[in-house]
Amino acid sequence: MGKLKSVAELESLRAQVLAAPDRPVVRVCLGPGCLAQGADKVSRAFKAAIQERNILADVQPLIKETGCHGFCSQGTLVNLYPSDLFYVQVKPADVPEIVDQTLREGKVVERLLYADNGARYRSAAEVPFYKLQHKVILKNVGLIDPLDIEDALKAGAYRSLVKALTQKTTDQIIDTVTIAGLRGRGGGGFPTGFKWRKVVENARENPGPVFIVANGDEGDPGAFMDRAIMEGDPHAVLEGMAIGARAMGAEQGYLYVRAEYPFAVRTLNIAIEQARALGLLGQDILGTGFNFDVQINRGAGAFVCGEETALLASIEGRVGEPVTRPPYPVEQGLWDRPTVINNVETWANVPHIIDHGAQWYAGVGVPHSTGTKIFSLVGKVKNSGLVEVPMGITLGAIVEEIGGGVPGKERFKAVQTGGPSGGIIPYEFKELPPEDLKLDKVGLQPRGFMPMELKNLPVDFDSLAQAGSIMGSGGMIVMDDRDCVVDVARYFLRFLEEESCGKCLPCRLGLKGMQEFLNNFSQGKGAPADIDALASLGMALVDGSLCGLGRTAPNPVLTSIRYFRDEYLAHIVDHKCPAGVCRDLITYRIDADICNGCTLCAKNCPQACIAGANKEPHTIDQDACIRCGVCMDVCPVDAVVVA
Amino acid sequence: MQTARQDIDTILERYPRHPQHLINLLQDVQAEYSYISPEHLTLICDHVGVPVTQAWSVATFYKSFSLEPRGEHEIKVCLGTTCHLKGGQRLAEACERNLGVARGQTTADLRFTLDTVNCLGSCALAPVVMIDNDYLGRATIRNLKKRLDESDDGSD
Repeated sequence: MGKLKSVAELESLRAQVLAAPDRPVVRVCLGPGCLAQGADKVSRAFKAAIQERNILADVQPLIKETGCHGFCSQGTLVNLYPSDLFYVQVKPADVPEIVDQTLREGKVVERLLYADNGARYRSAAEVPFYKLQHKVILKNVGLIDPLDIEDALKAGAYRSLVKALTQKTTDQIIDTVTIAGLRGRGGGGFPTGFKWRKVVENARENPGPVFIVANGDEGDPGAFMDRAIMEGDPHAVLEGMAIGARAMGAEQGYLYVRAEYPFAVRTLNIAIEQARALGLLGQDILGTGFNFDVQINRGAGAFVCGEETALLASIEGRVGEPVTRPPYPVEQGLWDRPTVINNVETWANVPHIIDHGAQWYAGVGVPHSTGTKIFSLVGKVKNSGLVEVPMGITLGAIVEEIGGGVPGKERFKAVQTGGPSGGIIPYEFKELPPEDLKLDKVGLQPRGFMPMELKNLPVDFDSLAQAGSIMGSGGMIVMDDRDCVVDVARYFLRFLEEESCGKCLPCRLGLKGMQEFLNNFSQGKGAPADIDALASLGMALVDGSLCGLGRTAPNPVLTSIRYFRDEYLAHIVDHKCPAGVCRDLITYRIDADICNGCTLCAKNCPQACIAGANKEPHTIDQDACIRCGVCMDVCPVDAVVVA
Repeated sequence: MQTARQDIDTILERYPRHPQHLINLLQDVQAEYSYISPEHLTLICDHVGVPVTQAWSVATFYKSFSLEPRGEHEIKVCLGTTCHLKGGQRLAEACERNLGVARGQTTADLRFTLDTVNCLGSCALAPVVMIDNDYLGRATIRNLKKRLDESDDGSD
């Protein structure tokens, strides 16, 4: 297949692909979650099993290695077509049975179906985890083979680009995106159409090239939606960028991908090669005279490069240090030319908006936060994985209905959204103490209050901001009673202190200072007044830092102080960590009634401070114990308890 | 020097002589040799036309570059938020004790390099440890030790 020289040639190729005879398909999820559970081995087992049984030669099923199916906690996931059967927790050893029973005999392997509360579900669509979701961006992720452009064309790829090239003026494209109400999915929520318009205006005043950039530097711990898009439906990103390039008159795009995502880089490289081969990228695309190409830049492991000016510096081959804005990248970006930077998920939204229209898009979600958003729902939640929901759905619906609530007997405590820049918001309504409200008046707390119980909190840009958190890129980490907010706040600060580029003082020294407070708290030291001093220092970072990293860095601390002051006080005043996490405030103890004297803990203790005869209850020497947790980890009968 | 040049000539040829390709070249050399030697760094600087000080600042700013040789096996303990909540920190400490090195360091026999990473995106299986290209999901101190012993036997 050579270059397609016209729209008609593209459509005839698409028709040809669609006309191919229908074949049974086995879709094996190769998303990050399933991969970690050996999905590649499952896929190989399918290929081997089918090859062994040559009877199937005439109706040989196609083994498709797809992107993330979402339901990571049940991996490896396998979807079958046309039976629509959905098998979970598939191991390579299960594969011969699936081939013999299901593919050859048409029988269901009952034990591999997803089961919950006594019910078994045959197809994915029936499973509660998927039922409430609204898949737009993830629709083709998990369905298509990301390494095969023809499979993407079959699912409708580049249809919107054709529409943008042939039926819309550049102004109309920008208007459509503006009216649709698309806001940046990377966390900021800045209106995308507005940004595009600015680039066009700036280029008009100052003629020359403009550039577009896709930010795939997904550095927030606990977030992997951009990875899922890049690995599962790479052409959606390329198509979105091409449409944006058309609208803004850009001829070169850059895709900045995080260093830790080698699979995403590989997938995107293949997608770009295939798109170039068909003439969907490059010179004179589809004979319309439109030129556009994309280059991949691999990140090099710096969280701060998610910040737009740092990212641009990194593309130019320099140290990724942010610079003062203005000038904004839309004024002076790459090589001082107007540049638009959108997140990967934002770009992937664009083809759908062009395809279905602004009104359709604006009708999904809520006013001011339109469309859908992908979240990675992880932590202490039963069903974890990737979920796509309409904006405005309540947090309770996501955590309890889709996520199935907290496993075990622990209580649901809080949700952390927005990664290190976000906040920790409590599940239960908290009446704020009067002194906290007073802090608001002097500006110590920049944002609003917790308006309602978390389970009724709508998940959209503005409601989350009002609760003191941010949408962020979409990480959603569920915490239960065994998680300590002081420890989580300390964790994020340590992360940010390490990732701070060190250019501006408030961030460089402020994070160190804040860490000192929290280190003291976690050891039971400090005075109650230190909590306010910490909040005040946090506000100095909010006001004084150069870039978004420093300005949002105090959020986890400020929200946890706001909603969990009692827990801070428990550390400082009572010298207790109620969740049993902070090492200096807890002790490990062996329950003599449960211990069977297997000696495993004593053998593994790095301090050799566990004593006890064989088959007799053991004891820990508290003075020598470093609370490393090894004994708890190795105990086969759960006799080690934290107090 | 002669061999160092021959080594990376093919890598240098991939990119035009322009400062914007500094990071790309460092990445390719890092991927090929698992570290950037002083000789290679100088050759890269000559190619893209930046002073060694600038390349040094870039190579030390970004975490994925190493200026020292790495071990045969790379252990990456994930310390993403979910892994942190589920005990990733304890796993990292157990690795430090077992290998006798701090995070970021390589064992004296060049067998293992221990690193921590900020999120591998496999949060549903937290805590996660990566040993070379293999994941160990729902890791415990016990199954991690077992896996490391297997790698050490060379039976991986």
